[in-house]
Amino acid sequence: MADLSINFAGIKSPNPFWLASAPPTNSGAQIHRAFEYGWGGAVWKTIGAPVLNVSNRYGAWHYGGQKMLAINNVELISDRPLEVNLREIRDVKRHWPDRAVIVSAMVESTPEAWRDIILKIEDTGADGIELNYGCPHGMSERGMGSAVGQVPEYCQQITQWVMDVAKIPVIVKLTPNVASVVPPARAALAAGANALSLINTINSIIGVDLDTLEIIPNIGGKGGHGGYAGPAVKPIALNLLSSLGVDPVVKQSGVPISGMGGISTWRDAAEFLLLGATSLQVCTAVMHYGYRIIEDLIDGLNAWMDAKGFKTIADVVGKSLPRISDFKDFDLSFRAVARINPDKCIRCNLCYVACNDTAHQCIDLVDASGNLVQPYSYDVRSNGKHEAVSTRPQPVVREEDCVGCRLCHNVCPVDGCIEMVELPSGRPSITWDELTKVRPEVGTDWEAMQRYREEVGIEIH
Amino acid sequence: MSEYHPPLTDHEAVVEANRCLYCYDAPCTHACPTHIDIPRFIKKIATGNLVGSARTILESNLMGASCARVCPVEELCEGACVLGAEHKPIMIGRLQRYATDYVYQRGIDVFKPGAPTGKKVAVIGAGPAGLTCAGELAKLGHSVTVFEKRELPNGLSTYGIIVLREPVEVALAEAEMVRRLGVEIKTQMELGRNLSWEEVRNNYDAVFLSVGLGSVPQLGIPGEELIVDGLSYIETSKMNPSALQVGREVVVIGAGNTAVDCATIAKRLGAERVTMVYRRTEKEMTAYPHEYEFAKKEGIEFRFLTQPVEVLHEGGKITGLKCVRMQLGAPDASGRPAPEPVPGSEFVLPCDQVVKAIGQEKPAVAKLLGLETEKGFIKVNHEFETSLPGVYAGGDCIRAKGSASTVMAVQDGKLAAFAIHRRLVAGLEAAAD
Ligand SMILES: Cc1cc2nc3c(=O)[nH]c(=O)nc-3n(C[C@H](O)[C@H](O)[C@H](O)COP(=O)(O)OP(=O)(O)OC[C@H]3O[C@@H](n4cnc5c(N)ncnc54)[C@H](O)[C@@H]3O)c2cc1C
Ligand SMILES: Cc1cc2nc3c(=O)[nH]c(=O)nc-3n(C[C@H](O)[C@H](O)[C@H](O)COP(=O)(O)O)c2cc1C
Ligand code: SF4
Ligand code: SF4
Ligand code: SF4
Repeated sequence: MADLSINFAGIKSPNPFWLASAPPTNSGAQIHRAFEYGWGGAVWKTIGAPVLNVSNRYGAWHYGGQKMLAINNVELISDRPLEVNLREIRDVKRHWPDRAVIVSAMVESTPEAWRDIILKIEDTGADGIELNYGCPHGMSERGMGSAVGQVPEYCQQITQWVMDVAKIPVIVKLTPNVASVVPPARAALAAGANALSLINTINSIIGVDLDTLEIIPNIGGKGGHGGYAGPAVKPIALNLLSSLGVDPVVKQSGVPISGMGGISTWRDAAEFLLLGATSLQVCTAVMHYGYRIIEDLIDGLNAWMDAKGFKTIADVVGKSLPRISDFKDFDLSFRAVARINPDKCIRCNLCYVACNDTAHQCIDLVDASGNLVQPYSYDVRSNGKHEAVSTRPQPVVREEDCVGCRLCHNVCPVDGCIEMVELPSGRPSITWDELTKVRPEVGTDWEAMQRYREEVGIEIH
Repeated sequence: MSEYHPPLTDHEAVVEANRCLYCYDAPCTHACPTHIDIPRFIKKIATGNLVGSARTILESNLMGASCARVCPVEELCEGACVLGAEHKPIMIGRLQRYATDYVYQRGIDVFKPGAPTGKKVAVIGAGPAGLTCAGELAKLGHSVTVFEKRELPNGLSTYGIIVLREPVEVALAEAEMVRRLGVEIKTQMELGRNLSWEEVRNNYDAVFLSVGLGSVPQLGIPGEELIVDGLSYIETSKMNPSALQVGREVVVIGAGNTAVDCATIAKRLGAERVTMVYRRTEKEMTAYPHEYEFAKKEGIEFRFLTQPVEVLHEGGKITGLKCVRMQLGAPDASGRPAPEPVPGSEFVLPCDQVVKAIGQEKPAVAKLLGLETEKGFIKVNHEFETSLPGVYAGGDCIRAKGSASTVMAVQDGKLAAFAIHRRLVAGLEAAAD
């Protein structure tokens, strides 16, 4: 059994899984229950400025019969009285000394307001503070949340006010609603933040009701952008996480990162760890299925780490970061082609139509005697399962024409049926950067490009 | 009795529709004799475009509501579904029913009659083949009259398919839809009785014969007059269920799908014991494997290699069926081993009702019109034209090969309509020159 415990900027937790600051961490009673299920920590639902919430505040994106691939919300920070929250935080921490109890905060942008809330939080005995610079709706209209996170100068200023007071670790939670998360992250670090977390929710409109023409969700005839989270945002979160991981300033600082955005399974969790997260926060998946999902998050991660020989979380953190690269450094001579395993293939022809209509027309339909056949070429009088199945052609990739774009591999409904096979290209390895250093003209002149292709034998049709 | 399968709920339909992979050049579509674009109609259910879904179905198969219920889907579309190997195939039939019910229940017509061509076509027999041919021709603008000998249209869909599978209303709604395309359906008009061939020949530019098959043939055994004809047994169960006399111990002669249907009715309507007797073995029976399984589940018993030789009776009441055991000999004309009686093996199956379901007689109009035939069925060429020019035929009455089914009749009707249209349009163009 691997050791899943972490020490995150001094905040200790028996496992890396924390509930993100959101409805699952709204009250002491809820967090008690979550800790009983085994969650390693909880970031309290953001406390701070007084707010009022509205009904119909969660929208969701469903696709192909799958419910809630993403949630969107116009919920504000905690609408419970500050004193009640502080009392319950103290109580939870007293009951659960081994768990990470972190309090998310957001107040008006004055040094007094921040000083006041930080002192109140520290007074509860909480292990850390998370500064919510991310809420993209409502709070931002009042100059808080993402209105701070989007302006590096504000980030730095407010973090500075906090760091002047705080004695416990401070995590700055970043908003994804920026062109790059690096400048706000650097700003937070410049002010002395002890850790970073990301991502908060993404600006989004979930949809329009086609009967009433109302925005979804409908809030008394109106609607608007809300924060997007859940499985659908994971790739965006991974990208933003890795952009911090490869930033020299962030790397140099050595501060840990708490990753979140679409974590639903231990697999997602492992990917976040590999791309540089030390602790992992979860919100939407818990809102969908409840606290019980912690069991497989821990069990699955453990099993995977054992299988891979990782002993501690630290062994995993950032392991895949060195592979993050820019296009210019990719090997242009790397060649892969698609290969279909006819024993696994169920002949749905989805690869065929994808390649034929939108890729490179290099999948053929081949009948049992090896002849090419066109789709829909059976006689109108042919019918019945035996004829349909026995005469059904097999899709076959013409490897010499396959550019290895990987579309077919992605659409194939059968796991492991289309493999991308690495083949020698016969060309020496070269990157765009290297190529344009020695032959800058290939990047500006199509004829020069053509000459280069002919020289090395790259054929495009 | 009511339909065996309940309709899919909206939720079930969407979940099932989303399970479909949306295969390209899908094998289910190939396997469907009418080649309905199945992934297309299923995706339309998933997106909530139910009228479009029904139109997709009915474009290829005007009797799509009947077919959704009666097709042997295990042998056709669902049998070819790519998900069949590892998972459960998509419930294509039930989704088809879901989409077609949607338009029928709301009285939505998805087609309009075509611009009039001035050409007249007579269709003889208002079963699935005839109604499809008539409807397709009306969509193309031809003026079509259907002559039907029975009181109600839609042939065996109305009179022959047990309610467990298809309610009568569904069959009648299809005929009404064809009527609304401008087709005139004249019932109680029988070619050769109150409708003469001359009248048809002289008044129409083309004719489509879709007369189906006849009644159940004679067994030629003593006491046969006491045997119930399987087709009327089913018909009564549909049209006048309270008048149906069901025995306590029923023997059904035959082992095709109709025989299974008769046995099912008997069992469901109160018979204590239902036994099917068949002179060949399980292997040679013509009922589909899923029908055989269904019958066994219903508690129906089977006696293979058993040939009835005499109905025993007392005072006009059946007391038993005398049978002889059979053994398999050399292959006969059908290629199946010929059953031969085992001498001295007679025995009596005690029963109080005997039903025969041993196929149907060949179409009588073939002789009436002097048509060429093949094994007693009307012979047609690739264009569904009979030996009489301009006279076409389709459906059960031409099914010399393969098993007769509603969907095959529909495909015949559709292809014949296109062939007739080509002929009539060629005539129009020639006239214009
Ligand atoms: C009991 C039973 C159960 C069946 N179950 C199924 C099933 O589950 N699934 C399936 O796919 N198939 C089933 N079939 C087969 C299916 O019903 C037929 O294949 C289909 O109905 C054939 O259609 P058709 O239009 O060719 O003939 P029919 O449906 O037989 O229609 C022919 C019509 O022509 C009329 N007619 C006949 N002679 C004349 C005349 N001289 N003048 C005017 N009208 C005339 C008849 O009254 C009838 O209405 C079943 C058949 C039977 C008997
Ligand atoms: C309904 C809802 C309310 C949220 N409220 C807060 C909040 O008060 N403070 C905060 O920092 N983040 C808030 N978040 C953002 C989450 O903490 C988290 O950053 C985001 O949901 C991404 O994680 P996920 O994909 O696991 O949900 C909220 C998210 C949701 C869905
Ligand atoms: S997508 Fe996959 S399963 Fe479908 S035909 Fe192609 S290789 Fe076969
Ligand atoms: S018509 Fe029959 S075979 Fe064709 S798709 Fe529908 S149910 Fe399947
Ligand atoms: S074969 Fe099955 S999965 Fe594929 S399109 Fe047909 S019903 Fe859908």
